Amino acid sequence: MRKSRRTDRPMIDRYRWYELLGIYAGIFCLLFFCLAPFIEGFNVSLKPLSLLFSSPYRFWPESPSFEAYRTMWVSVPAFGRYVVNSLFVAGVVTGLVILLVVPAAYALSRFRFPGQSAVLGAFLTVNMVSGAVLLIPLFRLMRSLGLLNTYFAMIVPGAAFLIPTAIWLLRAYMLRIPRELEEAAWADGASRFYIFRRVILPLATPGIIVTAIATFLGAYAQQFVYAVTFNSKTEYMPLPVGLFAFFGRQEVSWNELMAASFVGIAPAFVVILILQRYLVAGLTAGAVKE
Amino acid sequence: MNHSPSARAFAYLLLAPAVLYVLFIVAYPLVDTVILSFTDAALKPETNWVGWKNYQKIFKANFDDVILRTFIWTFCSVALKMTIGVLGAVLLNAAVPGQTLFRILIMPPWIIPMAIGIFMWGWMYNGQFGMISGLLQNFGLSDGPIAFLGYGKTAFWATIVTDVWIGVPFVTLYMLATIQTIPRDLYEAAWTDGAGRFYRFRRITLPMIVPSLLTMSMLSLIFTFNSFDIIWILTRGGPSGQTTTMIIDTYKSGIGSYKYGEGSARAVMICLFLSVFCLLYYRLISRFNPTEAR
Repeated sequence: MRKSRRTDRPMIDRYRWYELLGIYAGIFCLLFFCLAPFIEGFNVSLKPLSLLFSSPYRFWPESPSFEAYRTMWVSVPAFGRYVVNSLFVAGVVTGLVILLVVPAAYALSRFRFPGQSAVLGAFLTVNMVSGAVLLIPLFRLMRSLGLLNTYFAMIVPGAAFLIPTAIWLLRAYMLRIPRELEEAAWADGASRFYIFRRVILPLATPGIIVTAIATFLGAYAQQFVYAVTFNSKTEYMPLPVGLFAFFGRQEVSWNELMAASFVGIAPAFVVILILQRYLVAGLTAGAVKE
Repeated sequence: MNHSPSARAFAYLLLAPAVLYVLFIVAYPLVDTVILSFTDAALKPETNWVGWKNYQKIFKANFDDVILRTFIWTFCSVALKMTIGVLGAVLLNAAVPGQTLFRILIMPPWIIPMAIGIFMWGWMYNGQFGMISGLLQNFGLSDGPIAFLGYGKTAFWATIVTDVWIGVPFVTLYMLATIQTIPRDLYEAAWTDGAGRFYRFRRITLPMIVPSLLTMSMLSLIFTFNSFDIIWILTRGGPSGQTTTMIIDTYKSGIGSYKYGEGSARAVMICLFLSVFCLLYYRLISRFNPTEAR
């Protein structure tokens, strides 16, 4: 199979041996840069603490063991709680964003109204401001709403900054849905709301799913600033902040920290493997013109 | 059906929740920042209007150093991201076996929780036991351990490298998507005329990706300028303020020392720079993608 594919490859895509060598060397460097921290982190998680702090440096662990993956549950007693918090916060953020974004994306993809491009531009601009710049007023806002030290202190601002990307992503998808079905339903006397619920929603479901996944990944990846600033209760901490507290201690059990990190990023890796095709499509949908 | 007044009303109704939410959580705080920056707001109960005093105060201190440092940090990071990103995109576009796998393998830094990736770098930079110092010593490139986060210069570059690491996958995949939109006929025509691979890259690929390259650089500049987590986790702006960028500076005075007024003045300065970048970005998109900016 592979062999035939290679001979089928057009002449223009054939490489000389030194070109191939150069390409693979370049790709190796790129991948090494991207993956080195993971390789090192994994190695560290396998090293017993006594061997970890020893010089000279050894790349491969000497007597690897998965001990740290067991002891970390004792050293970081709230670990399970942190993971659940992370998933919960990301889940609620995703739900909230989808709820707000689906109607908005429909409005922006199907209707013409004054101020439309201004709204789209404004959402794009929100994307450019990071939450970190607005922490002071957000802190005061959360305090006056009484949300400090609750899950909502992480959910409410987190969702706001994920809305713009989600709108652009979903709008791009909805623009591709043919209008004929809506027009037919309209001609049959269906109400606007009925069309939205019964015609558009089912057709847009794949796009909504991609948007939800992208939002969830974003919400799972970026829960640090709000969580570290607006919440000081251990029981609500998401994983990155929980581990950050652990990271700041005098004597860091690095092997356990790395083991915990790996368990924490496992969900993201699973998502990449299953959905890589959609991830790239989702990324490029809003960014590159077709 | 979609142009009547009732359609317009329906569209506004659909749009309202998202717009109101963003107004409340983003626009209102933005306005509040500007107002706070003219007050002496802090933990104390009463707040007084102080005019430009906060601005005078921060500029009398070493704020211009912080601005300069932020620009150097951002510029170096963006330049590296774009260079590696374009090279990576070209490499990943090459029709070689394993292509799909390689494309997947560059994604993790971008997709995993940012803070956790930064923890791993924290270990990598460790002088005694970390990978970088360790490998440098093993290869005889360094005499002793280097605690990268312990010295201003190395910490500055260490935080840049980590920022590049997080940004590279996105830039690479974006540039790859751009390269894939270049019509294949162009390459085939050039190839038929005997143009070599490098010549085709220089005369076809490069000119065709310039618009994307510029818009992506601008976008990357904006995100990098906003970069907070990396520096905060790795160095908290230290050692002795050598990695304190504008955003870290704002956080330290506003949240760390509860000087809301002064911190807001610093935040307003960030917003001013950001709005200039945004304007440039919109100019770029409306120039290159007229239909998108509309």
